[in-house]
Amino acid sequence: MDLSYTEEEEGFRAGLRDWLAVALPELPPPPSPGDWPARRAHDTAWQRALYDAGYADVHWDASPTRRLIFLEETEKAGAPYVGANFVGLLHAGPTIAAEGTREQRERWLPPILRGDEIWCQGFSEPDAGSDLASLRTRAVRDGDAYVVTGAKIWTSHAEVADWCELLVRTDPEAPRHRGITWLAMPMDAPGVTVRPLRTLAGSTEFAEVFLDEVRVPAANRVGAENDGWRVTMVTLSFERGTAFVGEVVACRRTLAALARTARENGRWDDAVLRRRLGRLNAEFGALWRLTQWNVSEAEATGGVPGTGGSVFKLRYSHARQELYDAAAEVLGPDALDLSREWNLDRLSSLSYTIAAGTSQIQRNIVAERILGLPKER
Amino acid sequence: MRFQPTEDQRALRRGVRELLAARCAPQALRTAGARLDRALWRELGRTGFFSLRLPEAEGGVGLGLPEAVLVFEEAGRVLLPGPLVATHLAAGTVPGAGDGTTVVTRADGGLVPWLDEADVVLGNSSDAVPVRSVDPLTPLHRIPSAPPGDPDPAAVLLTAAEQLGSAGRTTETAVRYAKEREQFGRPIGAFQAVKHLCAQMLVRAELARAAVYAAAVTADPVEIAGAKLLADEAAVQGARDCLQVHGGMGFTWEAEVHLHLKRAWVRAELGQTAAQAEEALAAAL
Repeated sequence: MDLSYTEEEEGFRAGLRDWLAVALPELPPPPSPGDWPARRAHDTAWQRALYDAGYADVHWDASPTRRLIFLEETEKAGAPYVGANFVGLLHAGPTIAAEGTREQRERWLPPILRGDEIWCQGFSEPDAGSDLASLRTRAVRDGDAYVVTGAKIWTSHAEVADWCELLVRTDPEAPRHRGITWLAMPMDAPGVTVRPLRTLAGSTEFAEVFLDEVRVPAANRVGAENDGWRVTMVTLSFERGTAFVGEVVACRRTLAALARTARENGRWDDAVLRRRLGRLNAEFGALWRLTQWNVSEAEATGGVPGTGGSVFKLRYSHARQELYDAAAEVLGPDALDLSREWNLDRLSSLSYTIAAGTSQIQRNIVAERILGLPKER
Repeated sequence: MRFQPTEDQRALRRGVRELLAARCAPQALRTAGARLDRALWRELGRTGFFSLRLPEAEGGVGLGLPEAVLVFEEAGRVLLPGPLVATHLAAGTVPGAGDGTTVVTRADGGLVPWLDEADVVLGNSSDAVPVRSVDPLTPLHRIPSAPPGDPDPAAVLLTAAEQLGSAGRTTETAVRYAKEREQFGRPIGAFQAVKHLCAQMLVRAELARAAVYAAAVTADPVEIAGAKLLADEAAVQGARDCLQVHGGMGFTWEAEVHLHLKRAWVRAELGQTAAQAEEALAAAL
């Protein structure tokens, strides 16, 4: 059992810190959350800066440990997270890298790394959420194109995306996992309509995407026709690897700030609240160690994130909600004032036990794939 | 960063598991009850259980806290009885503790486990009064006047390691039962209401594992307090859920699960209580 980093890894960390110290002060302040074009410009400018400094591909080519260090240091320095580059860097890009042809990799990967092109994800549908494999958006082959009709939902960054990684049904007769195909759809194609969805936090973080006979070139298919489910699973496992490293670092910082505020406003004298904050300190400390555990395991098994990601996500998503509920306790009546720090985060935290696999689905994954319990059906 | 146990550490764990499996069958534990098996104690001494962290020059094995944590985790898995932590920590200072010829206990806050069976008692236990112990395998005395003492981080960590072992064992036991027991024509583990209980048991145990192992590496008192808190939770709630998965059988004296729950309750009071740990963790914020 060893928690130390190699000399080379520490060198990587030092170099990154030096670069961040120079690069971050030059960065303009983040735009308002509702201004999507400005958010895109901000996020892609940061990605371009990472590219020029040689850090753009850290999510793909670097060892899991380097990725951990990168995410830890950028968060500690207050650097932007991937933002609008999320799907390109963490979903579509890795999928194309693993399953695409040489032409496809050369066409799509460099613009993602440079921050030139933004991707969004068209997986979930109004009637296919947790049961993703029941998706019904149809794609019919017509010459050198697929004609796509249907509706997608919860699509983040759809308003500003250039491309959509799209799951479509190409064989309605086949068993449901075997009739799905993965397509890269240009968002400016005729027949694509984006309708923003307002979240309970008041922001428009995602959208519905309606597809009305959209022609997508067959050359944009990654993997074989009807093999899209397998192609997609490669993608989803990336999301559950190191996706939350930066957030755990940020939560620990928030917890320290909560303690500071509680000491200032007198709430610290409440032993129940104080002990609750103490327990959260244990919680987030352990979640950081569990992250290191999963990264170390991925390193030993050749970089493939394992099912440990589901264990982590189950606990983390709940802990994040607990953190912001504790923040509300610290704030007292000010917890009802949305202009106060933490209160919007409390609202956003409610999505964590739902997005990227609900806690119920994650428990099925843990029970069936790790513990070997039988499927319900 | 190689957080997972090394090959040597895994071999140590295997060896301890095999030794204890042969000596700690549930029936043997029940028969012994609140009496300490001196022969087993000496055997543990000969294998280096107590002298594990003593330098080889002093007759020890020369290993560190990470190895001790793996060994105590195995002890927790099989409910190995006795004042294991106190004797282990006394090796090198109390003659005979290291080789298992002397049984050492100590006053731990207001509790003294195994007072009547111990050869040496550390701390003042003159006011100790016997308790009708909830755990049939851990005799207890109370010291009503004892002020809460400062926790010894090594004792806290090793107690947490025992809790971790118990949490792992109850998770496995619940999962095995959920695969075997059939109702409504299928294994109860196929029902989400049951499998989600099992999944949560694993989540708690794995988070506690990361916390306990990391605390063994850093030996930081605050990190140890966090590890104890999470290991207590994993052990106590794990035993509760294991009991629930076993249904009526879980409520019987015959099933092993109540022994895990009762021991977990005892360990939660030893070393560092939840209140102490939470205050220490809050103070560090």
